[in-house]
Amino acid sequence: MQPSAKYLYYPGCSLKGTGIAYEESLLTTLRLLEVAVTELPDWNCCGATSYMSVSETSAALLATRNLALAQQAGMKDVLAPCNACYLTLRKSQELVAHYPEMAQEVERFLEQAGLPQLDSVRVRHPLEMLYTDIGVQRLRELTVRRLQGVRMASYYGCQAVRPYSEVDDPHEPTRMDEILRAVGVEPIDYTLKTKCCGGSLTGTIHEVGVRLNYILLKEALRKGAQAIVTICPLCQFNLDAYQAEIRKQTGEPIDMPVLYLTQVVGWALGGGFRELGLHRAISGKKLIEQWFTVKKEAETYV
Amino acid sequence: MERQIRYQREADLEWARQFTKHPGSERLLSCIQCGTCSGTCPLSIYMDLTPRQVIALVREGFREDALRSKTIWLCASCYSCSVECPQKIGITDIMYRLKREAIRSNLYPKRFPIPVLAREFCEMVRRHGRNSEFWVVFRMALRSNPFALFSMARTGWHLWRTGRLSLRKERIRRINELQVIPTVSKEVD
Ligand code: SF4
Ligand code: SF4
Repeated sequence: MQPSAKYLYYPGCSLKGTGIAYEESLLTTLRLLEVAVTELPDWNCCGATSYMSVSETSAALLATRNLALAQQAGMKDVLAPCNACYLTLRKSQELVAHYPEMAQEVERFLEQAGLPQLDSVRVRHPLEMLYTDIGVQRLRELTVRRLQGVRMASYYGCQAVRPYSEVDDPHEPTRMDEILRAVGVEPIDYTLKTKCCGGSLTGTIHEVGVRLNYILLKEALRKGAQAIVTICPLCQFNLDAYQAEIRKQTGEPIDMPVLYLTQVVGWALGGGFRELGLHRAISGKKLIEQWFTVKKEAETYV
Repeated sequence: MERQIRYQREADLEWARQFTKHPGSERLLSCIQCGTCSGTCPLSIYMDLTPRQVIALVREGFREDALRSKTIWLCASCYSCSVECPQKIGITDIMYRLKREAIRSNLYPKRFPIPVLAREFCEMVRRHGRNSEFWVVFRMALRSNPFALFSMARTGWHLWRTGRLSLRKERIRRINELQVIPTVSKEVD
């Protein structure tokens, strides 16, 4: 472990699987920002929404182990890029803070598992970290190329801003728009930015999940967006993976790139196509190639 | 036949009162039935009961009606209702509590994929410490609707092609630390 690392990165299961482009672009962006980060050693699954549906205490303990590992590593800030992971880790902290019985169980668990008691570990989301630790001004200064004239819809999904509001305002979030503007992208007025994508419903009650995603895509199109920018691997997956099916069902020509905020920022900071995982998109491939692999002479350096 | 009338004698107000003792459900009895939760819920039009109706049933002690509802499973835990409720009722947490009680009392819809997914997911995490997306979805489909695997194949292919599908079974090294959980947790899983 690098002693100089400022953040402990908690990938959660999806940033190692379907959301691997998020991991690639996040780590690239942090490298370009010269922010030291290490992966939380031997992290376990956060429990997502499923574990809470089976057992509350176990879900809280499961999430807690990750925080204890961070404590063990002597670090304060755990960076959780997946909205579900972010929420689950935060929620375990809230349960401990508000319910003495839960606090006792956590204490007993940590003791029996031989893990250190929690002191002051903080759970952070990359959006919040980019906004408050790095700052919009600095991102603007470090921008070396701009997607001039490209209009994007910033899409938060649900669990990053609800029910806790450290990442952004739950009703009128604006930080993502500010960051996009700073790196030269034009955000559109997207009123569905915190509407739920259905989460795992696309895998269970498929028609319902796909319908929710259709509404999100359609509204982005209607407002003139050329792409959607997300901060959650499940949102990205849902919006990206079913567009062919939606085209077939509705006859509408939707083929829209669904990018991670860290891909857009990382590119603006000078990151490369593959190291930002841009080759992993399923929808909107043509536009992605057009925007992010401009020939040298046409590239708009600023 | 679908039930039309609920009889007061079937209500269990004591259960409702106990319910409010749990984390997140404290303010349940203060519901004013305004319907904001149903209005804001992105899933409500697909549910058999709206979130407002579920809250009403729980508050009045109609335990089984609430537990058997598919609504609790369609809830995607998006917390819209919770942040909009004028009475600050933790509706999402109430949905979670109902899911857990439905599983424990064996009242969940049997081949309905959502509770199956929840159980498969937990089983995998309990054993390995991590969830392997592909295997969880695969096992869920096998146990709920094997035919769904055909329609999933296309998505799988897209993911495979873009290097986003991993067949590896993830596991953590210190699984023993997680094995302590059942002995510490009072709640039966
Ligand atoms: S929003 Fe709150 S007060 Fe209104 S019906 Fe729903 S639970 Fe009751
Ligand atoms: S948390 Fe559940 S019930 Fe509440 S709005 Fe979201 S999906 Fe609907």
